[in-house]
Amino acid sequence: MDEKDRILLHLLEENCRTPITELAVLAEMSEQDVKDRITWLESTGVIRHYGAVIDWERAGDGNVTSVIDLKVSPERDFGYDRIAERIARFPQVRSLRLITGVYDLQLLVTGSSMHEIARFVAEEIAPMDRIRETATHITMKTYKENGTTFAEREEVERLPYSF
Amino acid sequence: MRCFVSERASAIPPSGIRKFFDIAQTIDDVISLGVGEPDFVTPWCICEAAIYSIEQGSTAYTSNKGTPQLRGAISHYLDARFGTAYDPEEEIIVTCGVSEAADIAIRAVVDPGDEVLVAEPCYVSYIPCVTLAGGTPVPVPCRAEDEFRMAADAIAEKITPRTKILIANFPNNPTGGVMGESDWRAIADLLVDNDLLLISDEVYAELTYEGDHFSPARIPEIRDRTITLNGFSKAFAMTGWRIGYLCAPQEITAAALKIHQYVALCAPVMGQVAAYEALRIGNEEKDAMVREYRLRRNLFVDGLNKLGLSCHLPKGAFYAFPSVESTGMSDTEFAEALLREQHVAVVPGSVLGPSGAGHVRCAYAVSRDDLKEALSRMGAFLESHILSEQVSQN
Repeated sequence: MDEKDRILLHLLEENCRTPITELAVLAEMSEQDVKDRITWLESTGVIRHYGAVIDWERAGDGNVTSVIDLKVSPERDFGYDRIAERIARFPQVRSLRLITGVYDLQLLVTGSSMHEIARFVAEEIAPMDRIRETATHITMKTYKENGTTFAEREEVERLPYSF
Repeated sequence: MRCFVSERASAIPPSGIRKFFDIAQTIDDVISLGVGEPDFVTPWCICEAAIYSIEQGSTAYTSNKGTPQLRGAISHYLDARFGTAYDPEEEIIVTCGVSEAADIAIRAVVDPGDEVLVAEPCYVSYIPCVTLAGGTPVPVPCRAEDEFRMAADAIAEKITPRTKILIANFPNNPTGGVMGESDWRAIADLLVDNDLLLISDEVYAELTYEGDHFSPARIPEIRDRTITLNGFSKAFAMTGWRIGYLCAPQEITAAALKIHQYVALCAPVMGQVAAYEALRIGNEEKDAMVREYRLRRNLFVDGLNKLGLSCHLPKGAFYAFPSVESTGMSDTEFAEALLREQHVAVVPGSVLGPSGAGHVRCAYAVSRDDLKEALSRMGAFLESHILSEQVSQN
């Protein structure tokens, strides 16, 4: 394994359907070299198999989903908005709402396993400043899902020219 | 009423791409290879630290030369990364981007009548800064056949008894050219023999793809006649934070600091906090960005050469600088027609110095998908022009 192999692996992991010709240009080697290296990486089991990344929710199946309720101390002038903005940045958080009642914020979190979700709550959410209490509810069956993202940020516009 | 604009300000020519800006404004689907900044957003760990510091109330002026933490971190970084040692107390000033660093460096050392050699093609600010300081800029060409390195004979040719300073920027914007140790040693001899000062803008130092960046201040004979400029914009995708720095021997640093304290007072504190964090924990994300630029470079330069726009493989920065001479168009005509017809924005090389004529600057700081789309549009552009040329010849 050398640096060239690593580059190939990263490129294949990103898109295993990238043509050999393009891999050769990107990784600065000949096409034959690319083929030889891939054959070697396959035969030694470094490349286990080629697969697609599937959005199973879109396909009709689901991941493990849970609803997490948070008690939050609001900030002067900003209320819950800024802490909500921070939480919303985590890709695991599918939706985020401010709610009435005992708790303040409600998150919908998805993960590949119970363990992953538990770790996310324990390591990322619970220790944040201003979070006073958390309550995690594992989804047993999903009846309706609102798949749209709420906190879509506007793309930052770059100048067409700069030096 | 008389005209209140100073002669010095009037003497600065208007931007060479104003017209292109206006055209681009009217088009929706421009793929811009005209930007001199990373397309990445500043790594979140850096942003988060700056946000936290603001929340903690860190909003006041800092020491003129920058926070002691940041200067200490810069000193350590330069030593560990490039082998150049600067005292954080006496030899480093944190500035509002490298733009300010270049300005105060030039003003600290240029007297009216001094001749200042400027290796070109180059970033657009050096020459106006020299002019504003009352100096006389003298362009020194870097040639395509030398892979746009700076050649000692080209410099020697321009040296007169009034020559005082050489300004160079490697890895280079716009050519992607780099200077290795042996290249710099040849220049170092010239600097010593003619008692010249070097201003070395190394803002693209981290974006070096073959071998390591060589910082000329590493050569002991010229260490004390070198002002090193660097910053966070390119390496850490932090253009909007405006944090750069100037490193020089104590005497020059003290002079530059006097100017800095009156024009800027200090660099923005939140930017300084972010920059400190970049040096502390931003390395991994920086390396990932550099790896991606290298892939993009390979993809794009290969594509240009296949289209017949001959382009040397740039060893640094994130610019490809192909020749457009094969099209029969000037660089300005090419850039304007490409923008109007295929909606791809590039910068004509002549805007960046006389030696840039016949080339265009293409920043590959855009996604690989956009680069592929840009290449296919450029292919269509070349095809339509070659065809129309053949028709007109018949």
